[in-house]
Amino acid sequence: MSGTSAGRAPKGAAGPSAGDPAVATSPYEAIRAIPVRHYGRWVAAVVVVALLGWLAYGFSQGKILWSTVGGKLFDHTVLTGVWHTVLISVCAMAMGLVLGVLFAVMRLSKNPVTGGVSWLYIWFFRGTPVYVQLLMWFNLSLIFHTINLGPIYKNDTVAVMTPFVAALLGLGLNEGAYMAEIVRAGIQSVDEGQTEASHALGMTSARTMRRIVLPQAMRVIIPPTGNEFINMLKTSSLVSVVQYSELLRATSDIGVSSNAIMEMYFVASIWYLVLTSVFSVGQFYLERRYARGSLRSLPLTPWQKVRANLTTLRRPKVA
Amino acid sequence: MSTPTSTAEPQPGAGAGVEPMVRAENVHKSFGAAHILKGIDLEVAPREVCCLIGPSGSGKSTFLRCINHLEQINAGRLWVDGDLVGYRQRGDRLYELRDREVAAKRRDIGMVFQRFNLFPHMTAIENVMEGPVQVKRETKAVARERAAALLERVGLADKAASYPSQLSGGQQQRVAIARALAMEPKLMLFDEPTSALDPELVGDVLDVMRGLAEDGMTMIVVTHEMGFAREVGDALVFMDDGVVVESGRPREVLSNPRHERTQSFLSKVL
Repeated sequence: MSGTSAGRAPKGAAGPSAGDPAVATSPYEAIRAIPVRHYGRWVAAVVVVALLGWLAYGFSQGKILWSTVGGKLFDHTVLTGVWHTVLISVCAMAMGLVLGVLFAVMRLSKNPVTGGVSWLYIWFFRGTPVYVQLLMWFNLSLIFHTINLGPIYKNDTVAVMTPFVAALLGLGLNEGAYMAEIVRAGIQSVDEGQTEASHALGMTSARTMRRIVLPQAMRVIIPPTGNEFINMLKTSSLVSVVQYSELLRATSDIGVSSNAIMEMYFVASIWYLVLTSVFSVGQFYLERRYARGSLRSLPLTPWQKVRANLTTLRRPKVA
Repeated sequence: MSTPTSTAEPQPGAGAGVEPMVRAENVHKSFGAAHILKGIDLEVAPREVCCLIGPSGSGKSTFLRCINHLEQINAGRLWVDGDLVGYRQRGDRLYELRDREVAAKRRDIGMVFQRFNLFPHMTAIENVMEGPVQVKRETKAVARERAAALLERVGLADKAASYPSQLSGGQQQRVAIARALAMEPKLMLFDEPTSALDPELVGDVLDVMRGLAEDGMTMIVVTHEMGFAREVGDALVFMDDGVVVESGRPREVLSNPRHERTQSFLSKVL
């Protein structure tokens, strides 16, 4: 190929390099055109900014003790509430993940009993409100005065069912039902050819699940799981009903005693936004890690995006 | 070598006294009501390259998948290297093998798929190392060294760190062959290895397979590449509608098919 074109290449043509006659491109001129003006975009931007300004003005006229918001943001009780919210969310989510994998595998197994039990679990815990479930755990002592696990453990239900335990069981068992469906969808999304290839190498079914199927299922499982966790951070505000002093309960208690109810809800909202933002960033990097191999190039990190956008902001100069 | 008789009888292997690598006796397979294999008899001798041809839906791939027990046969017997596939026989009773035992038997049988089925979350070299490290318990250092040598053998030494999505179809299939060879199999099964490839990429894959055949690997190849079957194959088996219609030496079957169904199939593909 290169031999024939070398023979036909005109001598002294304006190629990229005179020393390499095999690559000869004809000279070209880049297109320079006036870009289309999007006037509609300018109008829309002005309207939106005006509405935002109006909203800001409205808030500036409200009777809001901004100094209380700032002063109580790092209050000791509030920070304890934040810590409790993170603690119960992480623990309940961990419990949900473990239960989710367990019940997903049970549901997919060939054993009809485990499949049926898994279905029943998901049916009950997904079909009743988590608020009701929390109240039921908290009030378990009304029907069982003692918890008796034979020779292993025995105690009064009231002593066992602390606010934390009731909150953990209520949130965790509920989450497990949702996670089971997410994990099942992830496992089923992996191509059957992967299992066959792994079996053909001589791997057992258990090793195939661990080495080949689950790592690929993770890519499908992580985005909805991140969603679930962010939901969990917010749903955990419900556990104030079982007397667990998480963020909402801590802030609203202060609000009542210091007569700054709305201000303390602002404080709570700020902290919820901080928590969800932090965990969203974590989710992004986790997704990026498990995207290895499935995308030709990994998605840009936010910092890389900012840099890319900065370079496209400059309009091309038109002569 | 197979005798030049063109019959549906089992072919004698290379030399009468040699134990065949694969022996099938009256193998039947159904999927629900669909009767796919209707009594397959076949023998493949060690070091033999046996090509299976036939129209789609004739049961070639299904038969291939039965040989390493990816599909369970419904009737008949199937032996690989003298061992019954999928079962253990005690007296006249058959016992199904456990998952672990089936997996152990599959170590010695390499398989290459039409759709490659590389593990997308691993690089090329990790794909090749996976079997030796996970199944044979080799150390990573040893497995990596051997995997690098295998990738070089299939002409992809420079692609070791690439993920399958970054490779062309032909490159992926060659990694898949290296992955199967890493288990040092005594039998290789190829399920239409070039059917999903662009025409210009087929040659590289066939070259690797030709090299394997020259090194004396026992191979069963389901293929539509008649040129490969003619040049590399020791035996050619024509299947249609779940039975072996005709078999013999590739040149004779291809140039002088005796059966009418073979003639009509070959007239369409040649």
